[in-house]
Amino acid sequence: MLAIEHLYKSFGALQVSKDISLSVATGQCHAVIGPNGAGKTTLIHQISGVLRQDSGRVLLGGQDVSHLSVWERVQAGLGRTFQITSVLPSFSVLENVATAVQAKTGSSLKFFARAADEAALNEKAQATLSRVGLGDRIDRPAADLSHGELRLLEIAIALAGSPKFLLLDEPMAGLGKTESAALIDLLNDLRSDFPMLLVEHDMDAVFQLADEVSVLVEGEIVARGTPSEVRENPQARAAYLGDGA
Amino acid sequence: MMDRGALIGGVIFALLLAMPVLLPIVGAEYLTGLLIKAMLLAIAAISLDLIIGHGGMVSLGHAAFIGVGAYATAIGLESGIEEILVLLAITLAVTGGLALVTGTLALRTSGVYFLMITLAFGQMIYFTLTSLAAYGGDDGLTLWSLATFFGSDIVQEGEGLYFFVFAALFLTWLGVWRISQSRFGRVLRAARDNPQRAEVMGYPIARYQLIAYVIAACIAGVSGLLLVQYAEFVSPSIAAWQRSGDLIVAVVLGGLGSRNGAILGAFFIVIMEEFLSSIFHEWRLIYGPLLVVLVLYAKGGLNDLLHPKSREAS
Repeated sequence: MLAIEHLYKSFGALQVSKDISLSVATGQCHAVIGPNGAGKTTLIHQISGVLRQDSGRVLLGGQDVSHLSVWERVQAGLGRTFQITSVLPSFSVLENVATAVQAKTGSSLKFFARAADEAALNEKAQATLSRVGLGDRIDRPAADLSHGELRLLEIAIALAGSPKFLLLDEPMAGLGKTESAALIDLLNDLRSDFPMLLVEHDMDAVFQLADEVSVLVEGEIVARGTPSEVRENPQARAAYLGDGA
Repeated sequence: MMDRGALIGGVIFALLLAMPVLLPIVGAEYLTGLLIKAMLLAIAAISLDLIIGHGGMVSLGHAAFIGVGAYATAIGLESGIEEILVLLAITLAVTGGLALVTGTLALRTSGVYFLMITLAFGQMIYFTLTSLAAYGGDDGLTLWSLATFFGSDIVQEGEGLYFFVFAALFLTWLGVWRISQSRFGRVLRAARDNPQRAEVMGYPIARYQLIAYVIAACIAGVSGLLLVQYAEFVSPSIAAWQRSGDLIVAVVLGGLGSRNGAILGAFFIVIMEEFLSSIFHEWRLIYGPLLVVLVLYAKGGLNDLLHPKSREAS
Protein backbone atom coordinates (compact mmCIF):
# COMPACT_ATOMS: atom_id res chain seq x y z
CA MET A 1 0.00 0.00 0.00
CA LEU A 2 2.88 2.31 0.85
CA ALA A 3 6.17 1.92 -0.92
CA ILE A 4 9.29 3.99 -0.48
CA GLU A 5 11.97 3.57 -3.12
CA HIS A 6 15.59 4.64 -2.70
CA LEU A 7 14.94 7.78 -0.73
CA TYR A 8 17.88 10.16 -0.36
CA LYS A 9 17.91 13.44 1.52
CA SER A 10 20.70 15.62 2.83
CA PHE A 11 20.95 18.95 4.55
CA GLY A 12 24.24 20.36 3.30
CA ALA A 13 26.93 17.83 4.13
CA LEU A 14 24.68 15.95 6.54
CA GLN A 15 23.03 12.97 4.92
CA VAL A 16 19.82 12.21 6.78
CA SER A 17 18.30 9.61 4.47
CA LYS A 18 20.52 7.15 2.66
CA ASP A 19 18.85 4.85 0.17
CA ILE A 20 15.81 4.11 2.30
CA SER A 21 13.42 1.61 0.77
CA LEU A 22 10.54 -0.11 2.43
CA SER A 23 7.05 -1.25 1.63
CA VAL A 24 3.98 -1.96 3.68
CA ALA A 25 1.33 -4.32 2.37
CA THR A 26 -2.39 -4.22 3.10
CA GLY A 27 -3.17 -5.41 6.61
CA GLN A 28 0.39 -4.90 7.77
CA CYS A 29 2.04 -2.83 10.43
CA HIS A 30 5.59 -1.83 9.71
CA ALA A 31 7.59 -0.25 12.51
CA VAL A 32 10.60 2.01 12.17
CA ILE A 33 12.82 2.23 15.21
CA GLY A 34 16.13 3.94 15.77
CA PRO A 35 18.01 6.13 18.21
CA ASN A 36 17.39 9.88 18.43
CA GLY A 37 18.86 11.65 15.44
CA ALA A 38 18.61 8.58 13.23
CA GLY A 39 16.43 10.43 10.74
CA LYS A 40 13.01 9.08 11.69
CA THR A 41 11.34 12.47 11.72
CA THR A 42 12.95 13.42 8.41
CA LEU A 43 11.61 10.19 6.96
CA ILE A 44 8.11 10.98 8.19
CA HIS A 45 8.35 14.48 6.77
CA GLN A 46 9.30 13.07 3.38
CA ILE A 47 6.43 10.60 3.42
CA SER A 48 3.89 13.23 4.46
CA GLY A 49 5.22 15.90 2.11
CA VAL A 50 6.59 18.44 4.59
CA LEU A 51 10.05 17.87 3.07
CA ARG A 52 10.95 16.90 -0.47
CA GLN A 53 13.36 14.04 -1.01
CA ASP A 54 16.51 14.72 -3.04
CA SER A 55 15.86 11.58 -5.01
CA GLY A 56 13.73 8.47 -4.78
CA ARG A 57 9.98 8.01 -4.74
CA VAL A 58 7.06 7.64 -2.36
CA LEU A 59 4.17 5.58 -3.68
CA LEU A 60 0.75 5.35 -2.12
CA GLY A 61 -1.47 2.56 -3.40
CA GLY A 62 0.65 2.47 -6.55
CA GLN A 63 0.35 6.22 -7.16
CA ASP A 64 3.53 8.27 -7.12
CA VAL A 65 2.92 10.99 -4.54
CA SER A 66 6.54 12.18 -4.35
CA HIS A 67 5.77 15.58 -5.77
CA LEU A 68 2.43 16.24 -4.14
CA SER A 69 2.02 18.75 -1.32
CA VAL A 70 0.98 17.85 2.20
CA TRP A 71 -2.75 18.33 1.67
CA GLU A 72 -2.71 16.58 -1.71
CA ARG A 73 -1.16 13.50 -0.12
CA VAL A 74 -3.88 13.49 2.51
CA GLN A 75 -6.47 13.71 -0.25
CA ALA A 76 -4.66 10.84 -1.99
CA GLY A 77 -5.24 8.69 1.09
CA LEU A 78 -2.48 9.33 3.60
CA GLY A 79 -3.59 9.76 7.21
CA ARG A 80 -1.17 10.78 9.89
CA THR A 81 -0.84 11.53 13.56
CA PHE A 82 1.73 13.78 15.16
CA GLN A 83 4.35 13.08 17.77
CA ILE A 84 3.25 16.20 19.63
CA THR A 85 -0.52 16.25 19.93
CA SER A 86 -2.08 18.38 17.22
CA VAL A 87 -5.82 18.99 17.30
CA LEU A 88 -8.10 22.02 16.89
CA PRO A 89 -8.26 23.22 20.51
CA SER A 90 -11.21 25.61 20.22
CA PHE A 91 -13.38 23.05 18.41
CA SER A 92 -15.48 20.43 20.15
CA VAL A 93 -14.32 16.83 19.96
CA LEU A 94 -17.05 16.07 17.44
CA GLU A 95 -16.27 19.09 15.27
CA ASN A 96 -12.58 18.18 15.20
CA VAL A 97 -13.46 14.88 13.59
CA ALA A 98 -16.34 16.27 11.50
CA THR A 99 -13.92 18.80 9.99
CA ALA A 100 -11.67 15.95 8.94
CA VAL A 101 -14.64 14.05 7.46
CA GLN A 102 -15.67 17.20 5.59
CA ALA A 103 -12.28 17.37 3.85
CA LYS A 104 -13.15 14.14 2.02
CA THR A 105 -16.88 14.68 1.61
CA GLY A 106 -17.92 17.16 -1.06
CA SER A 107 -16.77 20.71 -1.59
CA SER A 108 -15.85 22.93 1.31
CA LEU A 109 -16.52 26.02 -0.79
CA LYS A 110 -19.99 26.33 0.66
CA PHE A 111 -20.61 29.61 2.35
CA PHE A 112 -24.10 29.69 3.75
CA ALA A 113 -25.47 26.44 5.19
CA ARG A 114 -24.42 25.60 8.74
CA ALA A 115 -21.74 22.92 8.66
CA ALA A 116 -22.60 21.79 12.19
CA ASP A 117 -26.07 20.75 10.96
CA GLU A 118 -24.78 18.29 8.37
CA ALA A 119 -25.95 14.93 9.65
CA ALA A 120 -23.75 12.88 7.31
CA LEU A 121 -20.59 14.55 8.64
CA ASN A 122 -21.67 14.27 12.26
CA GLU A 123 -22.70 10.63 12.00
CA LYS A 124 -19.43 9.55 10.45
CA ALA A 125 -17.53 11.59 13.06
CA GLN A 126 -19.52 10.04 15.87
CA ALA A 127 -18.97 6.52 14.57
CA THR A 128 -15.24 7.17 14.29
CA LEU A 129 -15.10 8.56 17.82
CA SER A 130 -16.97 5.54 19.15
CA ARG A 131 -14.48 3.27 17.45
CA VAL A 132 -11.53 4.86 19.27
CA GLY A 133 -13.45 4.96 22.55
CA LEU A 134 -14.28 8.67 22.75
CA GLY A 135 -18.00 8.21 22.07
CA ASP A 136 -18.97 9.83 25.36
CA ARG A 137 -16.77 12.90 24.89
CA ILE A 138 -18.18 14.34 21.69
CA ASP A 139 -19.51 17.63 23.07
CA ARG A 140 -16.44 18.52 25.11
CA PRO A 141 -14.06 21.19 23.86
CA ALA A 142 -10.92 19.45 22.63
CA ALA A 143 -8.87 21.65 24.95
CA ASP A 144 -10.51 19.96 27.96
CA LEU A 145 -9.39 16.43 27.11
CA SER A 146 -6.67 14.58 29.01
CA HIS A 147 -3.42 13.76 27.26
CA GLY A 148 -4.47 10.16 26.70
CA GLU A 149 -7.81 11.23 25.24
CA LEU A 150 -6.07 13.69 22.93
CA ARG A 151 -3.91 10.88 21.54
CA LEU A 152 -7.11 9.01 20.74
CA LEU A 153 -8.68 12.12 19.20
CA GLU A 154 -5.67 12.43 16.90
CA ILE A 155 -6.21 8.90 15.72
CA ALA A 156 -9.91 9.58 15.20
CA ILE A 157 -9.06 12.66 13.10
CA ALA A 158 -6.69 10.57 10.98
CA LEU A 159 -9.28 7.79 10.55
CA ALA A 160 -12.07 10.23 9.71
CA GLY A 161 -10.58 10.91 6.30
CA SER A 162 -10.92 7.17 5.46
CA PRO A 163 -7.22 6.92 4.64
CA LYS A 164 -5.66 4.14 2.62
CA PHE A 165 -2.67 4.25 4.89
CA LEU A 166 -1.80 5.49 8.38
CA LEU A 167 1.44 7.13 9.37
CA LEU A 168 1.73 7.07 13.15
CA ASP A 169 4.43 9.21 14.70
CA GLU A 170 5.05 7.94 18.22
CA PRO A 171 1.42 7.44 19.18
CA MET A 172 2.43 6.10 22.61
CA ALA A 173 4.39 9.22 23.55
CA GLY A 174 3.59 10.34 27.08
CA LEU A 175 1.09 7.58 27.82
CA GLY A 176 1.01 5.54 31.04
CA LYS A 177 1.10 1.76 31.12
CA THR A 178 -2.66 1.15 31.08
CA GLU A 179 -3.30 3.78 28.42
CA SER A 180 -0.53 2.32 26.26
CA ALA A 181 -1.99 -1.15 26.55
CA ALA A 182 -5.42 0.13 25.52
CA LEU A 183 -3.95 2.00 22.55
CA ILE A 184 -2.02 -1.10 21.45
CA ASP A 185 -5.31 -3.03 21.46
CA LEU A 186 -6.96 -0.30 19.41
CA LEU A 187 -4.16 -0.18 16.83
CA ASN A 188 -4.20 -3.97 16.60
CA ASP A 189 -7.89 -3.76 15.83
CA LEU A 190 -7.39 -1.01 13.21
CA ARG A 191 -4.56 -2.75 11.44
CA SER A 192 -6.71 -4.97 9.27
CA ASP A 193 -8.49 -1.92 7.81
CA PHE A 194 -5.60 0.50 7.74
CA PRO A 195 -2.07 -0.59 6.91
CA MET A 196 0.29 1.46 9.05
CA LEU A 197 3.80 2.71 9.41
CA LEU A 198 4.61 3.07 13.07
CA VAL A 199 7.49 5.14 14.34
CA GLU A 200 7.76 4.40 18.01
CA HIS A 201 10.11 4.36 20.96
CA ASP A 202 7.98 2.06 23.08
CA MET A 203 9.47 -1.36 22.36
CA ASP A 204 6.53 -3.18 23.95
CA ALA A 205 4.24 -1.56 21.41
CA VAL A 206 6.59 -2.26 18.51
CA PHE A 207 7.00 -5.91 19.36
CA GLN A 208 3.29 -6.44 19.88
CA LEU A 209 2.09 -4.59 16.80
CA ALA A 210 4.68 -4.81 14.07
CA ASP A 211 4.77 -7.49 11.41
CA GLU A 212 8.07 -6.12 10.26
CA VAL A 213 10.60 -3.80 11.87
CA SER A 214 13.19 -1.59 10.19
CA VAL A 215 16.07 -0.27 12.25
CA LEU A 216 17.19 3.18 11.16
CA VAL A 217 20.65 4.38 12.16
CA GLU A 218 22.25 7.54 10.82
CA GLY A 219 19.79 7.72 7.95
CA GLU A 220 20.29 4.17 6.85
CA ILE A 221 18.29 1.02 7.42
CA VAL A 222 20.79 -1.33 9.08
CA ALA A 223 18.50 -4.21 9.88
CA ARG A 224 15.06 -5.45 8.95
CA GLY A 225 12.95 -8.41 9.91
CA THR A 226 10.22 -9.69 12.16
CA PRO A 227 10.31 -8.33 15.70
CA SER A 228 11.99 -11.48 17.01
CA GLU A 229 14.59 -11.43 14.24
CA VAL A 230 15.40 -7.82 14.93
CA ARG A 231 15.64 -8.54 18.64
CA GLU A 232 18.34 -11.10 17.88
CA ASN A 233 20.15 -9.04 15.25
CA PRO A 234 23.51 -7.96 16.66
CA GLN A 235 23.65 -4.77 14.56
CA ALA A 236 20.25 -3.68 15.75
CA ARG A 237 21.11 -4.47 19.34
CA ALA A 238 24.30 -2.51 19.19
CA ALA A 239 22.66 0.45 17.54
CA TYR A 240 19.55 0.78 19.51
CA LEU A 241 18.30 -1.88 21.81
CA GLY A 242 21.33 -1.91 24.06
CA ASP A 243 22.74 -5.05 25.57
CA GLY A 244 20.06 -5.33 28.18
CA ALA A 245 17.21 -5.75 25.71
CA MET B 1 -33.40 27.66 17.67
CA MET B 2 -32.93 31.22 18.92
CA ASP B 3 -29.59 31.50 20.66
CA ARG B 4 -28.46 34.42 22.71
CA GLY B 5 -26.19 35.88 20.03
CA ALA B 6 -29.06 36.03 17.56
CA LEU B 7 -31.28 37.57 20.24
CA ILE B 8 -28.82 40.34 21.07
CA GLY B 9 -28.23 40.94 17.37
CA GLY B 10 -31.99 41.13 16.89
CA VAL B 11 -32.29 43.74 19.65
CA ILE B 12 -29.49 45.82 18.12
CA PHE B 13 -31.12 45.80 14.70
CA ALA B 14 -34.59 46.47 16.08
CA LEU B 15 -33.22 49.54 17.89
CA LEU B 16 -31.45 50.75 14.76
CA LEU B 17 -34.61 50.25 12.76
CA ALA B 18 -36.65 52.25 15.27
CA MET B 19 -34.16 55.13 15.49
CA PRO B 20 -35.44 57.28 12.62
CA VAL B 21 -38.83 57.21 14.34
CA LEU B 22 -37.51 57.76 17.88
CA LEU B 23 -34.86 60.38 17.21
CA PRO B 24 -37.12 63.20 16.01
CA ILE B 25 -39.25 62.66 19.13
CA VAL B 26 -36.31 63.22 21.49
CA GLY B 27 -35.21 66.06 19.25
CA ALA B 28 -31.83 64.76 18.16
CA GLU B 29 -31.81 64.44 14.38
CA TYR B 30 -28.09 65.02 14.30
CA LEU B 31 -27.74 61.58 15.87
CA THR B 32 -28.87 60.05 12.58
CA GLY B 33 -25.57 61.09 11.05
CA LEU B 34 -23.70 59.69 14.02
CA LEU B 35 -25.49 56.36 13.69
CA ILE B 36 -24.73 56.19 9.98
CA LYS B 37 -21.07 56.77 10.79
CA ALA B 38 -21.19 54.04 13.41
CA MET B 39 -22.93 51.62 11.04
CA LEU B 40 -20.32 52.27 8.34
CA LEU B 41 -17.53 51.56 10.82
CA ALA B 42 -19.41 48.45 11.96
CA ILE B 43 -19.64 47.10 8.39
CA ALA B 44 -15.88 47.42 7.95
CA ALA B 45 -15.23 46.02 11.44
CA ILE B 46 -17.39 42.95 10.81
CA SER B 47 -15.51 42.28 7.59
CA LEU B 48 -12.20 42.62 9.41
CA ASP B 49 -13.43 40.19 12.06
CA LEU B 50 -13.90 37.59 9.34
CA ILE B 51 -10.15 37.55 8.76
CA ILE B 52 -8.93 38.38 12.28
CA GLY B 53 -11.48 36.69 14.53
CA HIS B 54 -12.38 33.70 12.39
CA GLY B 55 -9.30 33.51 10.19
CA GLY B 56 -6.56 34.50 12.64
CA MET B 57 -4.99 36.83 10.07
CA VAL B 58 -4.28 40.19 11.71
CA SER B 59 -4.29 42.75 8.91
CA LEU B 60 -3.15 46.32 9.54
CA GLY B 61 -4.15 47.48 6.09
CA HIS B 62 -7.87 46.91 6.02
CA ALA B 63 -8.86 50.58 5.86
CA ALA B 64 -7.05 50.79 2.52
CA PHE B 65 -9.88 48.75 1.02
CA ILE B 66 -12.39 51.25 2.39
CA GLY B 67 -10.34 53.89 0.61
CA VAL B 68 -10.21 51.92 -2.62
CA GLY B 69 -13.97 51.34 -2.52
CA ALA B 70 -14.57 55.02 -1.82
CA TYR B 71 -12.29 56.19 -4.63
CA ALA B 72 -13.69 53.66 -7.08
CA THR B 73 -17.13 55.07 -6.31
CA ALA B 74 -16.00 58.70 -6.42
CA ILE B 75 -14.17 58.26 -9.70
CA GLY B 76 -17.17 56.43 -11.09
CA LEU B 77 -19.43 59.32 -10.09
CA GLU B 78 -17.01 61.85 -11.58
CA SER B 79 -17.11 59.91 -14.85
CA GLY B 80 -20.88 60.17 -14.90
CA ILE B 81 -21.90 56.76 -13.61
CA GLU B 82 -24.75 57.37 -11.20
CA GLU B 83 -26.56 54.07 -10.69
CA ILE B 84 -25.52 52.74 -7.28
CA LEU B 85 -25.72 49.10 -8.36
CA VAL B 86 -23.28 49.76 -11.18
CA LEU B 87 -21.00 51.61 -8.78
CA LEU B 88 -21.31 48.66 -6.43
CA ALA B 89 -20.21 46.26 -9.15
CA ILE B 90 -17.22 48.50 -9.95
CA THR B 91 -16.31 48.77 -6.27
CA LEU B 92 -16.47 45.00 -5.76
CA ALA B 93 -14.41 44.33 -8.86
CA VAL B 94 -11.70 46.84 -7.97
CA THR B 95 -11.37 45.99 -4.25
CA GLY B 96 -11.72 42.27 -4.90
CA GLY B 97 -9.11 42.30 -7.65
CA LEU B 98 -6.69 44.32 -5.58
CA ALA B 99 -7.22 42.02 -2.58
CA LEU B 100 -6.60 38.99 -4.76
CA VAL B 101 -3.20 40.32 -5.77
CA THR B 102 -2.08 41.72 -2.40
CA GLY B 103 -3.59 38.77 -0.51
CA THR B 104 -1.75 36.20 -2.64
CA LEU B 105 1.52 37.87 -1.72
CA ALA B 106 0.65 38.66 1.91
CA LEU B 107 -0.51 35.11 2.64
CA ARG B 108 2.95 33.77 1.98
CA THR B 109 3.57 35.04 5.50
CA SER B 110 1.74 34.80 8.78
CA GLY B 111 1.64 36.38 12.21
CA VAL B 112 3.55 39.61 12.66
CA TYR B 113 4.95 39.39 9.12
CA PHE B 114 1.44 39.28 7.72
CA LEU B 115 0.69 42.36 9.79
CA MET B 116 3.73 44.14 8.39
CA ILE B 117 3.06 43.25 4.77
CA THR B 118 -0.61 44.28 4.97
CA LEU B 119 0.54 47.54 6.56
CA ALA B 120 2.95 48.03 3.68
CA PHE B 121 0.28 47.35 1.04
CA GLY B 122 -2.11 49.62 2.90
CA GLN B 123 0.42 52.46 2.88
CA MET B 124 1.16 51.91 -0.79
CA ILE B 125 -2.54 52.27 -1.52
CA TYR B 126 -2.78 55.31 0.74
CA PHE B 127 0.08 57.11 -1.03
CA THR B 128 -1.31 56.15 -4.41
CA LEU B 129 -4.58 57.82 -3.44
CA THR B 130 -2.78 60.97 -2.27
CA SER B 131 -1.11 61.17 -5.66
CA LEU B 132 -4.36 61.15 -7.64
CA ALA B 133 -4.05 64.82 -8.56
CA ALA B 134 -7.05 64.72 -10.89
CA TYR B 135 -9.20 63.61 -7.94
CA GLY B 136 -8.01 66.06 -5.31
CA GLY B 137 -4.74 64.51 -4.24
CA ASP B 138 -4.02 65.08 -0.55
CA ASP B 139 -7.00 67.38 -0.10
CA GLY B 140 -9.61 64.96 -1.28
CA LEU B 141 -12.55 65.52 -3.52
CA THR B 142 -15.99 66.99 -2.91
CA LEU B 143 -18.71 65.27 -4.90
CA TRP B 144 -21.37 67.39 -6.52
CA SER B 145 -23.53 64.51 -7.62
CA LEU B 146 -24.36 61.35 -5.69
CA ALA B 147 -25.45 57.88 -6.64
CA THR B 148 -29.03 57.07 -7.50
CA PHE B 149 -31.01 53.88 -6.95
CA PHE B 150 -32.78 52.91 -10.18
CA GLY B 151 -32.75 56.58 -11.12
CA SER B 152 -34.26 57.73 -7.83
CA ASP B 153 -32.41 59.99 -5.38
CA ILE B 154 -33.88 58.14 -2.39
CA VAL B 155 -30.50 56.79 -1.22
CA GLN B 156 -28.84 60.21 -1.14
CA GLU B 157 -29.79 61.55 2.26
CA GLY B 158 -32.00 61.33 5.31
CA GLU B 159 -34.00 58.23 6.06
CA GLY B 160 -33.48 56.71 2.63
CA LEU B 161 -29.73 56.72 3.08
CA TYR B 162 -30.10 55.60 6.70
CA PHE B 163 -32.11 52.53 5.74
CA PHE B 164 -29.82 51.76 2.83
CA VAL B 165 -26.82 51.69 5.19
CA PHE B 166 -28.89 49.77 7.71
CA ALA B 167 -29.68 47.12 5.10
CA ALA B 168 -26.00 46.87 4.16
CA LEU B 169 -25.05 46.41 7.82
CA PHE B 170 -27.73 43.80 8.36
CA LEU B 171 -26.67 41.80 5.29
CA THR B 172 -23.03 42.03 6.32
CA TRP B 173 -23.81 40.90 9.87
CA LEU B 174 -25.92 38.00 8.66
CA GLY B 175 -23.63 37.03 5.81
CA VAL B 176 -20.38 37.03 7.74
CA TRP B 177 -21.91 35.00 10.56
CA ARG B 178 -23.30 32.47 8.14
CA ILE B 179 -19.95 32.25 6.38
CA SER B 180 -18.21 31.67 9.71
CA GLN B 181 -20.53 28.78 10.52
CA SER B 182 -20.50 27.27 7.02
CA ARG B 183 -18.23 24.56 5.67
CA PHE B 184 -15.94 27.27 4.38
CA GLY B 185 -15.87 29.07 7.73
CA ARG B 186 -15.15 25.85 9.56
CA VAL B 187 -12.04 25.33 7.44
CA LEU B 188 -11.06 28.96 8.03
CA ARG B 189 -11.43 28.55 11.80
CA ALA B 190 -9.56 25.25 11.70
CA ALA B 191 -6.68 26.96 9.90
CA ARG B 192 -6.68 29.69 12.56
CA ASP B 193 -6.66 27.15 15.40
CA ASN B 194 -3.92 24.94 14.00
CA PRO B 195 -2.79 25.48 10.39
CA GLN B 196 -0.64 22.35 10.33
CA ARG B 197 -3.53 20.18 11.50
CA ALA B 198 -5.93 21.70 8.99
CA GLU B 199 -3.49 21.00 6.18
CA VAL B 200 -3.03 17.41 7.34
CA MET B 201 -6.80 17.01 7.29
CA GLY B 202 -6.45 17.62 3.54
CA TYR B 203 -7.21 21.33 3.14
CA PRO B 204 -5.17 23.73 0.98
CA ILE B 205 -5.53 26.35 3.69
CA ALA B 206 -3.92 29.28 1.87
CA ARG B 207 -6.71 29.10 -0.72
CA TYR B 208 -9.39 29.40 1.96
CA GLN B 209 -7.55 32.24 3.66
CA LEU B 210 -7.23 34.09 0.37
CA ILE B 211 -10.93 33.78 -0.35
CA ALA B 212 -11.74 35.12 3.13
CA TYR B 213 -9.32 37.99 2.57
CA VAL B 214 -10.99 38.90 -0.72
CA ILE B 215 -14.49 38.69 0.77
CA ALA B 216 -13.44 40.93 3.67
CA ALA B 217 -11.88 43.45 1.29
CA CYS B 218 -15.03 43.55 -0.86
CA ILE B 219 -17.20 44.27 2.18
CA ALA B 220 -14.80 47.01 3.30
CA GLY B 221 -15.04 48.42 -0.22
CA VAL B 222 -18.82 48.56 0.11
CA SER B 223 -18.48 50.53 3.33
CA GLY B 224 -16.26 52.92 1.36
CA LEU B 225 -18.94 53.31 -1.29
CA LEU B 226 -21.53 54.12 1.35
CA LEU B 227 -19.12 56.49 3.09
CA VAL B 228 -18.86 58.54 -0.11
CA GLN B 229 -22.63 58.60 -0.40
CA TYR B 230 -22.94 59.80 3.21
CA ALA B 231 -20.04 62.28 3.39
CA GLU B 232 -20.33 63.58 -0.20
CA PHE B 233 -16.58 63.83 0.05
CA VAL B 234 -13.62 61.51 -0.21
CA SER B 235 -10.04 61.94 0.92
CA PRO B 236 -7.03 59.63 1.33
CA SER B 237 -7.21 59.94 5.13
CA ILE B 238 -9.91 57.26 5.24
CA ALA B 239 -7.31 54.77 3.97
CA ALA B 240 -4.61 55.71 6.47
CA TRP B 241 -3.17 53.00 8.67
CA GLN B 242 -4.53 54.71 11.78
CA ARG B 243 -8.00 53.92 10.46
CA SER B 244 -6.98 50.28 10.13
CA GLY B 245 -5.89 50.48 13.77
CA ASP B 246 -9.31 51.83 14.76
CA LEU B 247 -10.92 48.85 13.05
CA ILE B 248 -8.71 46.44 14.97
CA VAL B 249 -9.63 48.22 18.21
CA ALA B 250 -13.32 47.88 17.34
CA VAL B 251 -12.99 44.17 16.65
CA VAL B 252 -10.89 43.37 19.72
CA LEU B 253 -12.97 45.59 21.99
CA GLY B 254 -16.17 43.99 20.78
CA GLY B 255 -14.93 40.43 21.05
CA LEU B 256 -12.98 38.53 18.39
CA GLY B 257 -14.91 36.08 16.27
CA SER B 258 -18.17 36.74 18.08
CA ARG B 259 -21.50 37.33 16.49
CA ASN B 260 -22.15 40.90 17.59
CA GLY B 261 -18.75 42.00 18.85
CA ALA B 262 -17.68 44.04 15.83
CA ILE B 263 -20.94 46.03 15.87
CA LEU B 264 -20.72 46.67 19.60
CA GLY B 265 -17.08 47.70 19.31
CA ALA B 266 -17.73 50.06 16.40
CA PHE B 267 -20.68 51.73 18.10
CA PHE B 268 -18.76 52.03 21.34
CA ILE B 269 -15.88 53.79 19.58
CA VAL B 270 -18.05 56.23 17.62
CA ILE B 271 -20.31 57.05 20.54
CA MET B 272 -17.52 57.41 23.10
CA GLU B 273 -15.54 59.63 20.76
CA GLU B 274 -18.55 61.84 20.20
CA PHE B 275 -19.57 61.91 23.84
CA LEU B 276 -16.14 62.39 25.39
CA SER B 277 -15.03 64.97 22.85
CA SER B 278 -18.18 67.00 23.52
CA ILE B 279 -17.53 67.26 27.25
CA PHE B 280 -13.75 67.41 27.40
CA HIS B 281 -11.25 68.76 24.92
CA GLU B 282 -8.45 66.37 25.87
CA TRP B 283 -10.89 63.46 25.63
CA ARG B 284 -8.24 60.98 24.55
CA LEU B 285 -6.85 61.17 28.08
CA ILE B 286 -9.99 59.37 29.20
CA TYR B 287 -10.52 57.25 26.12
CA GLY B 288 -7.08 55.61 26.25
CA PRO B 289 -7.25 54.38 29.85
CA LEU B 290 -10.85 53.29 29.28
CA LEU B 291 -9.71 51.01 26.44
CA VAL B 292 -6.96 49.59 28.65
CA VAL B 293 -9.45 48.81 31.43
CA LEU B 294 -11.89 47.19 29.00
CA VAL B 295 -9.28 45.02 27.36
CA LEU B 296 -7.87 43.96 30.74
CA TYR B 297 -11.15 43.20 32.46
CA ALA B 298 -13.37 42.06 29.62
CA LYS B 299 -11.16 39.64 27.72
CA GLY B 300 -13.94 38.39 25.47
CA GLY B 301 -14.81 42.01 24.69
CA LEU B 302 -18.11 43.83 25.03
CA ASN B 303 -19.82 40.81 23.56
CA ASP B 304 -18.85 38.73 26.59
CA LEU B 305 -20.18 41.37 28.98
CA LEU B 306 -23.61 40.79 27.47
CA HIS B 307 -23.49 37.04 27.76
CA PRO B 308 -20.55 35.95 29.84
CA LYS B 309 -21.20 32.23 30.19
CA SER B 310 -22.62 31.05 26.93
CA ARG B 311 -19.57 30.90 24.69
CA GLU B 312 -20.54 30.56 21.09
CA ALA B 313 -18.73 28.36 18.64
CA SER B 314 -16.20 30.82 17.41
